[in-house]
Order: sequence, then C-alpha cells, then structure tokens
Amino acid sequence: MELKRVVVTGLGAITPLGNSVETYWENLIKGVSGAGPITRFDATNFKTKFACEVKDFDPTEYLDRKEVRKMDLFAQYAMGAAEQAIQDSGLNLETLDPDEAGVIWGAGIGGIITFMDEVKAYVEGNGTPRFSPFFIPKMISDIAAGHISMKYGFRGPNYATVSACASSSHAIADAFNHIRMGKAKVFITGGSEAAINEAGVGGFNSMQAMSTFNEDPSRASRPFDKERDGFVIGEGGGALILEEYEHALARGAKIYCEVAGAGMTADAHHLTAPHPDGLGAAKVMQATLKDGNIDMKDVDYINVHGTATPRGDIAEILAIEKVFGDHAFELNISATKSMTGHLLGAAGAIESIAAILAINNGIVPPTINHNTPDPEINSKLNLTLNKAQERKVKVALSNTFGFGGHNASVAFKAIE
Amino acid sequence: MSDIASRVKAIIVDKLGVDESEVTPEASFTNDLGADSLDTVELIMEFEKEFNIAIPDDQAENIGTVGDAIAYIEENAK
Repeated sequence: MELKRVVVTGLGAITPLGNSVETYWENLIKGVSGAGPITRFDATNFKTKFACEVKDFDPTEYLDRKEVRKMDLFAQYAMGAAEQAIQDSGLNLETLDPDEAGVIWGAGIGGIITFMDEVKAYVEGNGTPRFSPFFIPKMISDIAAGHISMKYGFRGPNYATVSACASSSHAIADAFNHIRMGKAKVFITGGSEAAINEAGVGGFNSMQAMSTFNEDPSRASRPFDKERDGFVIGEGGGALILEEYEHALARGAKIYCEVAGAGMTADAHHLTAPHPDGLGAAKVMQATLKDGNIDMKDVDYINVHGTATPRGDIAEILAIEKVFGDHAFELNISATKSMTGHLLGAAGAIESIAAILAINNGIVPPTINHNTPDPEINSKLNLTLNKAQERKVKVALSNTFGFGGHNASVAFKAIE
Repeated sequence: MSDIASRVKAIIVDKLGVDESEVTPEASFTNDLGADSLDTVELIMEFEKEFNIAIPDDQAENIGTVGDAIAYIEENAK
C-alpha cells in the first residue's frame, strides 16, 4: 500500500506565552518567560509557589456559558486551540466529508481540577454523595476529543492518547498514521492540560520533579544549566490540523509543512527516571528518522523534551549524540520549556508548533535562562542559548518523554 | 412571585444558561429550555441543596416543568 503524504494546514495555541499562535511565537523568539507566582490557589505552604499559568483566557470567546460549565479547564483549552486551528486552516465544514475527519487529542492527566473539587466537596460534606452529574464527563481524559467532534461534526476516528508528557505527540503521530494509511483525510490533533491546582503542584512536588526556585520564577526553568533543579509546571493547549496532501492541494489550503515521520518507544526501565544512557530517547529518534526515511543530515533543529530535570536533560543529550554522531554539533537544539514551562500532556503539541514555525520562519527559538554550563554536557553542542538563532530549517524534530517511560518523536519537513 | 419561585428560576437561569423570560411555569426543562438528562439531574440536585430537601428519584421523574419544580418545593421545603 502506498502511504499518503500528510501536511499541516492549521495551528492553534493557548499557552503561558499567549493565547494565540502569533503571540506564542513572538514571545518564543523574544525569549520571554511565562512563569510567575501561582494565582490559582494559595500556594503559601507548597514547596513550589510559581508556575507558567495561562493568562486572561476567556472561554466564552469559544463556548457559550452553559458549555463552559460542563467542561474542565483542560477541555476549555482544547476547544480554544481547536477553534483557532480550524479557523486558521480555512476548512469549509459545509463541504468537508465528516466521515473522513477525525479527532485525536492527548491529555496526560485530564480533569484533575474537577476531580479534586468534587472529591473535596464530598469529603467536607455530611456523607451524602452529591457528585455533579458532570463530574465524570468533565474529568475523563478522552472528553476533549469528544467535545471537539461534537462541535465540528467530525465522525471519523476519535479518541484520546494518554502517555503522560508524551500524550500529544502520540496523538499527532496517530493522526499522521491514520491519514497516511488512508483512514481519514483530516484530523484535529494536539493536546491540552490544566493541572495547576493543589493536587497537581503538590503531587509533582512530592516527586521532587519540580523546580523550587521561588526567588525568581522567570529564571527557574533552566534546561541544560548546571544549576537546573526540575521542571516548571505549565498549562494550556495546542492544536494542529493534519491533512492528506492531495486533499489540501485540491482546496488550495495554506500548507505549513509536511509531517515527515513519527516514532514511539519505551524505556522499559523505571517509573519516572529516564534510562541513564537515554536508550529509549535514542531509539525513538532513530525510529522517527527511519519511519520518514529522513537523512539525519537534513535535521536542522531538535525541539527537545528538555524539562530541566538533572537527569532527564543529560539522558536526552547523550541520546542525540549517539543518534546523530558529528551532525549533533551541526544542528540546533533548544528547550522551549525554558519559556513555556512544562505543559505535560500538551507539551508535544505546542512544541511541535514551535518546530513547525521554526521551519516556516527560519528562526530557532532559544533555550533561555542559561548561565552556568554543565560540564556533563558537551560544549560543542549548539543549545541555542538565550537568544533565538536564524537558520534555514529543513527538518525539525519534536521529542517528548513521559513518566512510565513513554517516548514519542515527530519530524516535520519543509514542503517541497 | 414567591420567594421559592424566584430562587428556583435563578437556579434554572444559572444552570441552563437561558434567559429569565423563557423560564415560565409551563416551560419544560427538556423541550423548552434545552436541558438534557444530565442537566435535569443537576437541576434537581441544586434544588435539593438550595432548599435543604431530598427529592427521591421517583418524585424527581415527575418534575418536568418549572411549575412542577416550584409546586414540589413549596409543598416539601421546610
């Protein structure tokens, strides 16, 4: 069977750096941090008192008030990002075959805010269960995909991918594969997350996974820096319209780039720690290159998982050196989580958007907050430190790795 | 309008996102005010909370309109 070509024809983003693709990109290349003190709850007694929150998000821009009430914040972000992407794509929903249009949406956690609020109300009550009938359908991770399909009438494949911080990369990879195999023409894919609440922050704090650099939140997310002390939690959503190439050509769509390949592997090693040699990370990049029949010398940019955990960053760097050999020193590497924070299940989506826009604009967004080189990281690598770099990008990779040892990587290629 | 009626209407306006003028005694939650089965369950729970009453499921099934709700609560609220 001949595989179809797949292109990206629409983007949408609700991020800590801005609630549109334009503001997100502008702030990425300016090197702006999205971090600040937590405003969602009183974090006085928490080890980490800051986060990369989405600012000024008004769900009623995308939903009527009644719909908003039935959705957890993670699903509201999904609806916002999806609507932007649909608008951006110029798809005509009147003429699009709804059976050829699907939705695959990643969320690592789902409605943890709803879960905590409902359980708290029960525990603080008199023992009578008064759970909202919307408790379960607000909380479950798959519901964003369901809501998106209902809004646009997409009746093709529809589900959620859940692989912690790799969730939305798995979603994009799956959507890509479905189109390649001729199962559908169009997908809304990506992911969203909203876990900045007591349970989310407290839980990650207990794992010692998050930065506690409360003195200066905007400088806390420091991938590759010797002083890095964990990730900074973020939230938001990213949406991509993937479309079969001929379908996009036939309607005269604006095409951002081609999806060149995707890979998925597991570390099969530890609950939360990466394989120390970056075994799964290396394998997933190799699998992606092989999948897309990509010459590794064509890879100009890797948007790394790079969360700024002490061990994770090293493992990923070792994996890049292993896979790319000398070419590792030629390509640009950047960890945009230094600006956005870690959007967990939405990370792969917004970072794919960063990779795509790097191809489109010939600019690689930076790794900010770098002050002290880590002797364990080869100084010959170009980590795109502190300032964006102009560069013609032919192929860009977006890596994501999730707790549980899930690895996913997606390659995007300039359209030929 | 009784105090109970106005409180019932306020809950309906809030939960169903409808205009107050639509919330007439004859209005059916499902046919006129756009409620689905989950909305209806939520409304009943809100009435229970607001008026500190318990509405058994077999009674709740008979509450289909705004007027039904007001009448039931006027009869059963302490």
